[in-house]
Amino acid sequence: MPVTKTETMPIRNEGDVVQIRQLVRKWSTDLTSFSLVDQTKIVTAASELARNVLVHGGGGHAKLEALQEGARRGLRLSFEDKGPGIPDIDLALRDGYTTGGGLGLGLSGSRRLVNEFSIDSRVGEGTCVTITKWK
Amino acid sequence: MERIPILRMGKFLLVTIQVDMHDRLAMTLQDDLTTRINETGARGVLIDISALDIVDSFIGRMIANISGMARVLDAETVVVGMQPAVAITLVELGLSLPGVRTALNVEKGMRLLQLSVDAGSLETGDARNED
Repeated sequence: MPVTKTETMPIRNEGDVVQIRQLVRKWSTDLTSFSLVDQTKIVTAASELARNVLVHGGGGHAKLEALQEGARRGLRLSFEDKGPGIPDIDLALRDGYTTGGGLGLGLSGSRRLVNEFSIDSRVGEGTCVTITKWK
Repeated sequence: MERIPILRMGKFLLVTIQVDMHDRLAMTLQDDLTTRINETGARGVLIDISALDIVDSFIGRMIANISGMARVLDAETVVVGMQPAVAITLVELGLSLPGVRTALNVEKGMRLLQLSVDAGSLETGDARNED
């Protein structure tokens, strides 16, 4: 799938999470011309997943990719950490399940906000969550 | 340290969130508001989120927490001005803010607070609310 633009950002602190939200907002308006609702959904999902990297993974990075498939444009975001990994992904994807003291909506909720969602996690090695939203 | 200002207007406290909040700022607001409710004996808190272009689960939880804490401290909370796209996203995320009172704008929110304070004083004969 043709990637028209790529950028990687570190996630080391809460300020970085805010910066990622702002960059995703900019890309979703400038590069993919998402509707306001779709912009809000992808920025919110990015916020949840970037916070997960910080809280559960001890930091990591986010990769933004602008996609073009024929006339279709989209945004793919990957959130990667080298944290403890997720032992039971099905459980982690359940609404309300949390190990971080939050509401347990970060993973399950952000999956509902996008078109494609995948998790690659290895215990002791880290986690990578990838989401894609199409216009 | 960066802080969100809390204004006092009669027996109510007003908060307008105008920055893209990082998590610590949200926690600080929660602490500051409960302290101010306690200091001032405020009967209501109005939180204007019309400038927020997202509410994620962390900020949503903070709003629900403030509302719950204020209730325990005998104050009503009304959240006003949520953008429609934010409301759609929040509910799809799985957060419908049960127990949090909302109004479309500041004016309606103030009216709601005033009504609930008036109703409360009728029920309990609370002299604090009589001008």
